Amino acid sequence: MPWCQRPSHQPVRAAIAFLIAAVVGGPVAPGAASAEDLVAFVVDGQSVPKPLTGTPGDPVAGAKASVNRGGGNCLACHVLPIANQPFQGDVGPDLRGVGARLNEGELRLRVINAKLVNPESVMPAFYKADGFLMPRKDLAGKPILTAQEVEDVVAYLASLKE
Amino acid sequence: MKIKASALGALAMAAVVTAALPGAAQNDQGEKPSFLRNEYQAVKPEKANPLTELISGYFFRSRETQALQDDDFLNPGFLWVEQGQDLWSKPEGEAGKSCADCHQDAAATMKGVGASYPKVQPDGKLANLEGRINLCRTQYMKAPELKYDSDPLLALTAYVRHQSRGMPVKVAIDGTAAPYFEKGKEFYYTRRGQLDFSCASCHETNYGHYLRADFLSQGQSNGFPTYRLKWQKLGSLHRRLEGCVQDTRGETFKRGSEEFLALELYLAWRGQGLPVETPSVRQ
Ligand code: HEC
Ligand code: HEC
Repeated sequence: MPWCQRPSHQPVRAAIAFLIAAVVGGPVAPGAASAEDLVAFVVDGQSVPKPLTGTPGDPVAGAKASVNRGGGNCLACHVLPIANQPFQGDVGPDLRGVGARLNEGELRLRVINAKLVNPESVMPAFYKADGFLMPRKDLAGKPILTAQEVEDVVAYLASLKE
Repeated sequence: MKIKASALGALAMAAVVTAALPGAAQNDQGEKPSFLRNEYQAVKPEKANPLTELISGYFFRSRETQALQDDDFLNPGFLWVEQGQDLWSKPEGEAGKSCADCHQDAAATMKGVGASYPKVQPDGKLANLEGRINLCRTQYMKAPELKYDSDPLLALTAYVRHQSRGMPVKVAIDGTAAPYFEKGKEFYYTRRGQLDFSCASCHETNYGHYLRADFLSQGQSNGFPTYRLKWQKLGSLHRRLEGCVQDTRGETFKRGSEEFLALELYLAWRGQGLPVETPSVRQ
């Protein structure tokens, strides 16, 4: 596919390199050079088994973060069982029942950085702070979600059993 | 050119129309767009085009929005086309000349021109219609450049492009245009911003899908300048591009910048064969 052959697709390459490093070695901070504020995590195959924080995720807060346009905005691309949200996207798969299809660690990896699973994915990496081309100045060096928000969203997704 | 409703009449219409669409200005999800109803016309692309069929943004919009475009009396974009017609024969600048002094009747001399832009100029630089109009002003009329997206520049651009309405887009991408084309293509496929989207992420891979309330089209440029309900006025292609780059949560480029000009050439080629719709109406 044309996208990843392009030299401008460093982020994808970096993600692959990171994936390899993470599988081979121990804990690696994503984009370790400039994003030292991010919590380190270990990718194990298709999963990030360990939570990013010590505080268990809150599914109610996770649902809110999924709706928030300036935050997760998951509804841009996915259908979620959230009332009073008439406009839900269909760029990605319907997430109803996703908690029965994927375990918590698998969900966590997909929220952290879906491109570690599918380098060509259009799904943004929600816990990645660098490697972006010309990010908006006020957002540069920042992940879309905080570590706790990632845990909240994961808890919410895990609760979607049907 | 067909006869249009008077400027005042069109203004009143525009007000009525937008008042009738509360909130719907930014989405038209009420009824399935013609693309989803499988009621649309497609143009066969040239071999090298990555798209298998070329579809105007028109077929991704609601019936209401389409109806506004279909009727020259209701289409608020004609306010600018009419203004452009007036400006065409108005002398400006130290040379005391108008466009008409050099180009006479636009219906004859400008037919097809808008379909062939952007185009490399004698100085070797790529210009779009806005740029070409400003070149004429500074070189031949000794008048100052018009500001990007100012009403007079939009009006003249829309008036000139309207003379090609219904004609297929056809731009040159070989010879001196080739480096601009390559640069535009590179831009199109480059992921940007915190969301890491390229133009292709939305308009090549996902047209025909909803991004929340937004129904994604192929991002074709054949309708520009376009009357956007959200803007409540006519706007340039570069204004739209600015918005799309901002949608990646990225820093954008300036309207009229070399980057956007190259992208404009590449976009025109991606839609080569689509009919010019200026002035189109979009949500
Ligand atoms: C711009 C589009 C987009 C956004 C925004 C987006 N996703 Fe996705 N998502 C996708 C696509 C496309 C896939 C399909 C797999 C792939 O291409 O990565 C996917 C796959 C997934 C999967 C795997 C589903 C399965 O059945 O395997 C999960 C879980 C998921 N997304 C969660 C989220 C959450 C949570 C958010 C918000 C915090 C989110 N997505 C935001 C596009 C998006
Ligand atoms: C985050 C998604 C997204 C990205 C990325 C994006 N666009 Fe768009 N674009 C939209 C939406 C939404 C619209 C309005 C609905 C439509 O026509 O698709 C739009 C509309 C357009 C239109 C107007 C189409 C018409 O018929 O009036 C053009 C042209 C366009 N985009 C070009 C581009 C280009 C070039 C890029 C890359 C610089 C780009 N877009 C990137 C979401 C996006």
